[in-house]
Amino acid sequence: MQVSQSKINDDAIDLMINMGPQHPSTHGVFRLVIWVDGEKIQKVEPHIGYLHRGSEKICESESYNQIITLFDRLDYVGNLNNELAFSLAVEKLMDLEIPERAQYIRVILCELNRIASHMLFYGVYGLDAGATTPMLYGFRERERIQELFESVTGARLMHNYIRIGGIKEDVESDFKDKVHKLINDLKKSVDECDDLLSNNEMFLVRTKNIGIITADEAIDLGLSGPSLRASGVLEDIRVTDPYSIYDRFDFGIPVGSKGDCWDRYFVRVQEMRESIKIIEQALVDLPEGEIITPIKGMVRPPKGEVFVRTESPRGDLGVFVVSDGSDKPYRVKVRPPSFVNLQALELMLRDTYLADAVLVLGSIDIIMGEVDR
Amino acid sequence: MISQLKNIGFLRGLVVTLKTTFRSSVTAEYPRVDKRIQVAERFMGFPALLWDSNIVEPYCTGCMVCVRNCPTQCMSAEMKDNPKFEDGTSGRRKIINEFEINLGRCILCGICVDVCNFDAIEMSHEHELSKYQRNGNRANLETLLRMGMEFQNKVNWTPKQPEKNSGKPKEKVSKSKTSEDLPNPLKLDKSLNSESSEKDSSE
Ligand code: SF4
Ligand code: SF4
Repeated sequence: MQVSQSKINDDAIDLMINMGPQHPSTHGVFRLVIWVDGEKIQKVEPHIGYLHRGSEKICESESYNQIITLFDRLDYVGNLNNELAFSLAVEKLMDLEIPERAQYIRVILCELNRIASHMLFYGVYGLDAGATTPMLYGFRERERIQELFESVTGARLMHNYIRIGGIKEDVESDFKDKVHKLINDLKKSVDECDDLLSNNEMFLVRTKNIGIITADEAIDLGLSGPSLRASGVLEDIRVTDPYSIYDRFDFGIPVGSKGDCWDRYFVRVQEMRESIKIIEQALVDLPEGEIITPIKGMVRPPKGEVFVRTESPRGDLGVFVVSDGSDKPYRVKVRPPSFVNLQALELMLRDTYLADAVLVLGSIDIIMGEVDR
Repeated sequence: MISQLKNIGFLRGLVVTLKTTFRSSVTAEYPRVDKRIQVAERFMGFPALLWDSNIVEPYCTGCMVCVRNCPTQCMSAEMKDNPKFEDGTSGRRKIINEFEINLGRCILCGICVDVCNFDAIEMSHEHELSKYQRNGNRANLETLLRMGMEFQNKVNWTPKQPEKNSGKPKEKVSKSKTSEDLPNPLKLDKSLNSESSEKDSSE
């Protein structure tokens, strides 16, 4: 951490602290400038852009199938959800019918991906609070899910598995058994993780009543996903504006009451349980049949534009695609949840202590790849 | 007593830790070959070119479809006339002359495998290729074929479209391997689909 002195307020001695860009708890390369009075935070200023790769611009020179690899790399923890968002957008533009089996497999994998993402959050958030053990548990579970992904998609992180019109290849014959076993184990592990951290007194003291954001403020700032639901707003695109086949499943939306760090943490833990419910139902219904609607030649959506929003592990992921009828999009715009959620940081950090900055930042669960694009 | 303990979150956490203490470890040791985690069957390692051991030549015809579809432009290919086609032992009119993949740049997406019409390229299980030189990961045709052969032997690979890509000349005579004394100048018809499919895929 670099420290330098500056004055923003005449009657108090202020200190400007640079947190990041290379700070282990910023979840990527992110710089936060904090002005403190004593230990109280006066003002914060997030600086982003260190991980900017120009993905949206690159999309304009790639064919539709190649863009899926770029979407993998936006939110590199919830890859399949990102792939799904882009495929849905193009499919909507082309008016494609997606085979049932592909839809179910997509949902199963996306929900597993959500659990993996929340497990990563769980582990890293414990670490932010100073507890090392949760990280080992979180990563152990995430590893299991990734092993399954490896056997299905061939890659652990950058899957490139969801195609426009369906999925790349059918799952193996023992897929159902594997997922069954996995979610049975996961059920136990989520309880275990819950026991380990959620009610730990030290953790409670550090997260309860810290970084509060009210429901009205959250809506005004456009927060989405668990960060919004923690403030008590019942909004989940899977339910309120269902895409794919999410309207067929019966699952709950966990909401918090206060909007503090603990609520944001606990909503995610509960969400893992709900995701398991979705996977269970999807496994029962998983039909046989085709896995992709074949498209002749290159993917060429008709002229037009489309906007699709989906619920990624971090919130409302929107994809806007403009097509000019050629095999490359005219414009692709991503509305990343982390980017929007990040702007609440300033409000959340008012009147907190410097030591809590890391916890509040961690509780939004940002992924810098998605913020900077 | 136990229910009272359950209310103390800290102790609940300790119980979890205690349970885990008596379990065997879940981590694997990386450098030790016998303790490594094995990769899955579908694992996508670096792309490799496959070898047609019936005809004794690569499957790849150098049609460049994969080169055009690669999102990172990390490959290059060059075709040549196939001498085996002229003497009638092979059905491939063109064959790969030079092929290079910059494995340092490859993102292991598998698009090249999807688009290849000749079953000529496959994601091998090779994943340990770190080099000390910056460009040490440029794999040439020879390296790629070697990687491919290893992969083929490991997984008992068979072509996805065996009839189309058998590489056998269209004439029935070629089944007998004594093709040297059977030069057939009349088979310069459209016996191979390399050119037609090149047109398909370039659209
Ligand atoms: S697409 Fe297949 S046959 Fe054509 S150059 Fe690539 S590997 Fe060779
Ligand atoms: S795997 Fe992807 S990046 Fe690598 S060579 Fe093939 S198409 Fe190119």
